Amino acid sequence: MATSSAHGDNYLNHEKGLWSWLTTVDHKRIGLMYMIAVMTFFLIGGIMALLLRLELFAPNAAANVGDILKNGDAYNQVLTYHGAIMVFMVIIPGIPAILGNFFLPLHIGAKDVAFPKINLASWYCFMIGAALAVATLFAKKIDTGWTFYTPYSIRTGTSTVLIVVGAFIMGMSSILTGLNFIVTVHKLRAPGMTMHRMPLFVWALYSTAIIQMLATPIVGITLLLLAVERAFGVGIFDPALGGDPVLFQHFFWFYSHPAVYIMIIPAMGVVSELITTFSRKVIFGYTAIAYSSLGIAAVSFFVWGHHMFVSGQSATAGIVFSFLTMLVGVPTAIKMFNWVATLYKGSISFDSPMLFALGFLFLFAIGGVTGIMLATLPIDVHFHDTYFVVAHFHYVMVGGTLMSLMGGFYYWFPKMFGKMFSETLARLSFVFIFIGFNVTFFPQFILGAMGMPRRYFDYIPAYENLNKISTVGSWLILVGFLIALYTIVNGLRKGEKAPMNPWRSKTLEWQTPSPPPHDNFAVEPIVTAGPYEYR
Amino acid sequence: MMWFNIAKAQSFMPSQGTEIAKQVDNLYGFLLITSLIACVLVIGGMLYFVWKYKRKTPDDKTAYISHNTFLEFLWSFIPLVIFLVVFAWGWYIYHQERAMPKNALEINVVGKQWAWEVAYKNGFKAANEVVVPIEQDVKILLTSTDVIHSFFVPSFRIKQDAVPGRYTALWFRANKLGNFHIFCTEYCGTSHSGMIGTLKVVSREEFDKYLEQGQDEKSLPLAKKGAKLFAVKACSACHSADTPAIKVGPSLFQKFGKEEALEDGTKVTVDENYIRTSILEPNKQIVKGFPKGVMPTFQGQLNEDELNALVEFIKESK
Repeated sequence: MATSSAHGDNYLNHEKGLWSWLTTVDHKRIGLMYMIAVMTFFLIGGIMALLLRLELFAPNAAANVGDILKNGDAYNQVLTYHGAIMVFMVIIPGIPAILGNFFLPLHIGAKDVAFPKINLASWYCFMIGAALAVATLFAKKIDTGWTFYTPYSIRTGTSTVLIVVGAFIMGMSSILTGLNFIVTVHKLRAPGMTMHRMPLFVWALYSTAIIQMLATPIVGITLLLLAVERAFGVGIFDPALGGDPVLFQHFFWFYSHPAVYIMIIPAMGVVSELITTFSRKVIFGYTAIAYSSLGIAAVSFFVWGHHMFVSGQSATAGIVFSFLTMLVGVPTAIKMFNWVATLYKGSISFDSPMLFALGFLFLFAIGGVTGIMLATLPIDVHFHDTYFVVAHFHYVMVGGTLMSLMGGFYYWFPKMFGKMFSETLARLSFVFIFIGFNVTFFPQFILGAMGMPRRYFDYIPAYENLNKISTVGSWLILVGFLIALYTIVNGLRKGEKAPMNPWRSKTLEWQTPSPPPHDNFAVEPIVTAGPYEYR
Repeated sequence: MMWFNIAKAQSFMPSQGTEIAKQVDNLYGFLLITSLIACVLVIGGMLYFVWKYKRKTPDDKTAYISHNTFLEFLWSFIPLVIFLVVFAWGWYIYHQERAMPKNALEINVVGKQWAWEVAYKNGFKAANEVVVPIEQDVKILLTSTDVIHSFFVPSFRIKQDAVPGRYTALWFRANKLGNFHIFCTEYCGTSHSGMIGTLKVVSREEFDKYLEQGQDEKSLPLAKKGAKLFAVKACSACHSADTPAIKVGPSLFQKFGKEEALEDGTKVTVDENYIRTSILEPNKQIVKGFPKGVMPTFQGQLNEDELNALVEFIKESK
């Protein structure tokens, strides 16, 4: 199969020039274009995070360091952009749009996704939506928080309509990608690639795609209603116009809770790949992991009310939502145990992707148990909208999704670019990110237990020390990501040529040259066994 | 139940001001211990395997273990049972939190950007300060005049959103004297983090004396009455009246009789009519350097007497 690499033709040099990229329908190139966009947004969102932490270094009355955001409005704006950019433009598109686009067809032995042109269209939707959202930075800056809760978002004098339209268009991108992935999985598998021979990353992307298709339209319509209310004064959510503000929360979380699983299920898929490859061992409980992804996807639609225990929804609703939320914990726990069991009697290496996978298990365990605490009614009544929640979802979203994205990125880097990176530097970036993450976010659990509310520009002196530790942690994370950036740039510029299969993995994408040729495989692969046959 | 106490000492929860808070902390203690055990098992197991089965040669042979039905059943079933126990325990406490007691002392609290307006049955009003007697069921009836706020007393482990256009409620029975924080925990804009109140638990006698202030109020001098309104109507959340410090809006200190430059380039003398207009139609004449649309109108929320009192108070802020 290595024949095509003999004359050096690959997807990177198959066509040349900027125009060939902007009009490409090659899923691999589209994946890279998403990567550039998402990395840029991550940089912006990250700078916002550093600003927030710097401001919170000390309470305002005592501040001589870090008092950089002049007033509550400035803080609220930075907070809103940090949340909105990280959620809608980094974590949601992150794994599916970058790694999913690139590797889904390669994983199942296909030449491309089912609808390559729609795939390009969804990249343009994403970029147009993102551009509109970012454009608000140069208009009246948004201060609604990423959740756009009504009636605040109706009344505030900022460019809410613009960013909401941006988010709506980005939602189209998410729906189209979901559609594309579902059809690709059903229609384009190579001969012999049965559903039960698909790598678990494919199963994860498939479950995610279902949520993307079914849930995203809801938030699209909700945001549109919000825009209509603001623009034309139609009373939908604002009680002053006869609307119901809590209705917005129901609509919003009906999407945004499943969206949490759009963020985490693909991460779980990546981790499944990393753990088998670097333990050189068949995954423990393939079927359980595959179907628990689908199970989580299904139940995720019925738990939205756990964001609203103190919103004024009925006590009965609270009890039902608490119960259903407990049920989601079970398939998640199953996955954790399966990954740990896979390590048993393996041959475990400590290459940088594996470090990120192990880091994921560590952080996701903490994110998971604190999730159960938050699902417990009276505990949530105390923790709701405090830093405990902030710490919890950062453990899941950053400790989970971002760690897995980094691990996946290092893992597939040789395949994507045909070059190797410095393993030492990559490990060093892990050390800083992992330690920095814990230093930043663990103290926030304690702050939340003590009662410090989130989205606070200022706080009482009792919370000072833990906030200081947290801010110092954010600097360690910064160092970690700077090292990671250097590792990548250095690898791209001076990395050694990568072999076809540097990690000796069994999945299909490693059985074609690095980087892959334009059509992925010189000869259509014929699959005769499961994805993890390490014997 | 010693292990609960160990967990509690490590839990960093605020002091317990009610019986319910104690119950919540017991459940939290149980969750902490169980979570700790779960994390030690999962993370410990992971670290042990990683150390024990470290790659020795590039061509290590590994065991082919695809699944184990009994083990998988066990680790699905045990978490399920634990989750259900926690759910039921949580339900038990939550039910008590949500069941409003009969014959409770009722206090109306209105959230507004950015203060809590507190009203007692005898007509006495206060801002950012809820005073309650010890060992008495108290029901707080909440609403909001603008956006959603949330009434949170960490020491009582209770929280409830204040939603405009409807009432919500919470109750507590304080069993400890002292002052406790009230935080706003639903994001409500510029001074969200400044919307902090105090919940004072006092003896029955002190409480009765506190309420008596309400009787004296009608005979207060006009400026004093204005000062009170200035706090209760949350003017003080955005305007200072005793210093030139700028909060959200301009300071009113020593402004009366002076000239003020406006956003549209004109100037205006601060007289009774300018103050009145600024309260009732705040966007009409904006002071230079301040954004439009921040201050809500007080049209319909103040009667003539109250307007007079506020004008008098601002006149005398010097």
